[in-house]
Amino acid sequence: MTHQHTLLIKAGQTERHYWKDLWRYRELFFFLAWRDILVRYKQTAIGIAWALLRPFLTMVVFTLVFSKLAKLPSDGVPYPILVFAALLPWQFFSNAFTEAGNSLISNANMISKVYFPRLVIPASAVIVSFVDFLLSGIILVGLMLWYGFYPNWRILTLPLFIFIAFAAAMGSGLWIAALNVKYRDFRYIIPFVVQLGLYVSPVGFSSAIVPQQWRLLYSLNPMVGVIDGFRWAILGGNTQLYWDGFILSSSLILLLLITGIFYFRKTERRFADLI
Amino acid sequence: MTPVISVQNLGKKYILSHQSPERYTALRDVIANGAKRTLKKFRHPFAAPENDEAHEEFWALKDINFDIQQGDRVGIIGRNGAGKSTLLKILSRITEPTVGQISIKGRVASLLEVGTGFHPELSGRENIYLNGAILGMRKAEIIRKFDEIVDFAEVEKFLDTPVKRYSSGMYVRLAFAVAAHLDPEILIVDEVLAVGDAQFQKKCLGKMEEVSQEGRTILFVSHNMAAVTKLCERGMYLSSGMLSSTGEAENVVKTYLQDSARKADIQLSERKDRQGSGLAKFSSVNILDSTQRTTESVMCGQDITIRIKLSSQTKGLTIKNPIIAIGIDDSKGLRVWHLSNESTGQYFSGIDVSNECLDFRIPKLPLVSGTYTMVLFLASNNTIIDWIQDAASFNVEQGDFYGTGKLPPPGQGCFLADYSVRMIAGHA
Repeated sequence: MTHQHTLLIKAGQTERHYWKDLWRYRELFFFLAWRDILVRYKQTAIGIAWALLRPFLTMVVFTLVFSKLAKLPSDGVPYPILVFAALLPWQFFSNAFTEAGNSLISNANMISKVYFPRLVIPASAVIVSFVDFLLSGIILVGLMLWYGFYPNWRILTLPLFIFIAFAAAMGSGLWIAALNVKYRDFRYIIPFVVQLGLYVSPVGFSSAIVPQQWRLLYSLNPMVGVIDGFRWAILGGNTQLYWDGFILSSSLILLLLITGIFYFRKTERRFADLI
Repeated sequence: MTPVISVQNLGKKYILSHQSPERYTALRDVIANGAKRTLKKFRHPFAAPENDEAHEEFWALKDINFDIQQGDRVGIIGRNGAGKSTLLKILSRITEPTVGQISIKGRVASLLEVGTGFHPELSGRENIYLNGAILGMRKAEIIRKFDEIVDFAEVEKFLDTPVKRYSSGMYVRLAFAVAAHLDPEILIVDEVLAVGDAQFQKKCLGKMEEVSQEGRTILFVSHNMAAVTKLCERGMYLSSGMLSSTGEAENVVKTYLQDSARKADIQLSERKDRQGSGLAKFSSVNILDSTQRTTESVMCGQDITIRIKLSSQTKGLTIKNPIIAIGIDDSKGLRVWHLSNESTGQYFSGIDVSNECLDFRIPKLPLVSGTYTMVLFLASNNTIIDWIQDAASFNVEQGDFYGTGKLPPPGQGCFLADYSVRMIAGHA
């Protein structure tokens, strides 16, 4: 056996092979995501339709409440499309945040019995939510065809905003997952953040209705940048991107992701003892 | 030759919290304690910071040093809570050591539990892939060994059935089959052989032997001394977190068995892992042979006495209507016998703790050879006074139970009883 590598486990020292290990376990990462998707669709009666029905109904309700009742402006875009362009990243974020936040606890058994880079677990939870995100993207395409509303060149920049949404979900998911292991109170905080976040993020309305002097402050909510970016890319036309706010939101997301990875790495060595 | 595993000064400390039964912390407590401490600092700014009396340090492992050479089969033995599982968890990188260092050469696969990550809703086929990936196999590797795994587990017919419909035997077989095909250079196994039927256990042991003949290293934790001596050539005996003996497996097992027999007499009154009101405590339990001498190992068919002594802080204490029970567990943790003065209907009005002891007389010991542990239980008028798990262990050697000069065949049956065989003519 010539290809042996020597592993050194030393007290108080993190793995030197961590990122290499993460790469080695990349398949586990897909297997876990695959398991969660498979199990979900095996257990629920309507299966895959659930991923479509939920955002669709939310969109209908939001359109009724914000457009018909509150009579908010839509910059000449059909209101359902305005809502759905924001609902897509929001639902992705909130699902990923919830799933990733609880992922370590629900896989406690694996953590206490097998070694693998723990980062795999919340990451695969985010991937599962991403699959839902892609599925509900179909609704958006359907809506656009229905209203005869076609995007312009800006749609090509969408992957960039998807990437930012991904970073936001991952960063906050890692934080909450690691904190949840140590302080189980966070399982009560997760639904609260998700519920509140829906109202403080510009999902049901355009962030253009926020007074100009407050917009930078409003962008302290990282999802404001993500949602504005999605709308800018999908709706095209008159939609303006408030760049100062977008840059602020994106920097916050980057900060969240970096500190999230850092905190997760720092605490993960003790997960097995705590969980 | 350099060792494949080298462990130096290894130690693992746990902080035991007496406040909450759960291991995790509530944020509320952290905030409350922090606030309390700050407030205290304001009021007594020069007081030395005090230790949190609710927390206690506990060294699950301490000063562990050993080397393991390539191809060694090492059995790790010790009582429950001696640190065996902690050691395996550190070696398999599930948890980190508090002090010390380990260097490991080669790919490690650890099997601390069969079927980790198995999902009941998924089919056998799906679970093979999932479990393989969890244990660190590549997809290509799983595909290559798929048929072999299915063959070993004997579940061909049920491959597409969700594992929640599997019998527990099938479940274990499938789980072990995946793990057995890992091809690691170092295999760490914890007690998994305690499950499954005898035939499958034999198959597992065979597989492990095969693995070790290919020059791979095996670390094997078990309570089953027979399996340890059969499979392993080297042994490590852990006792209260320390390495108490290493060397040839058979010698280490012997040391362990003698040790546990000896410990029984000395430590019982000192033991803290007991339940009950504590009004009185078991202070010793001894096994006496027919000449009333204390012995460490007995033979099947021998007349023995289990003598139980009590002690109490209260002088001259008499326990009214005592119920004393002994549970006897075999090496797999199966309760094989329960003895109590309640079962035999021998009630006593009271037992004078300082003066009287209780003898359980067993004519012709009906236990087959093996290691047994005893659970002791004392109650009076529906109140549990003292209750100790693993209070003592004893060894039963093969013996001439039937008085014929022939030993009962080993490994056949789990108890012995008198019977006779008669031939009847003119019946057919």
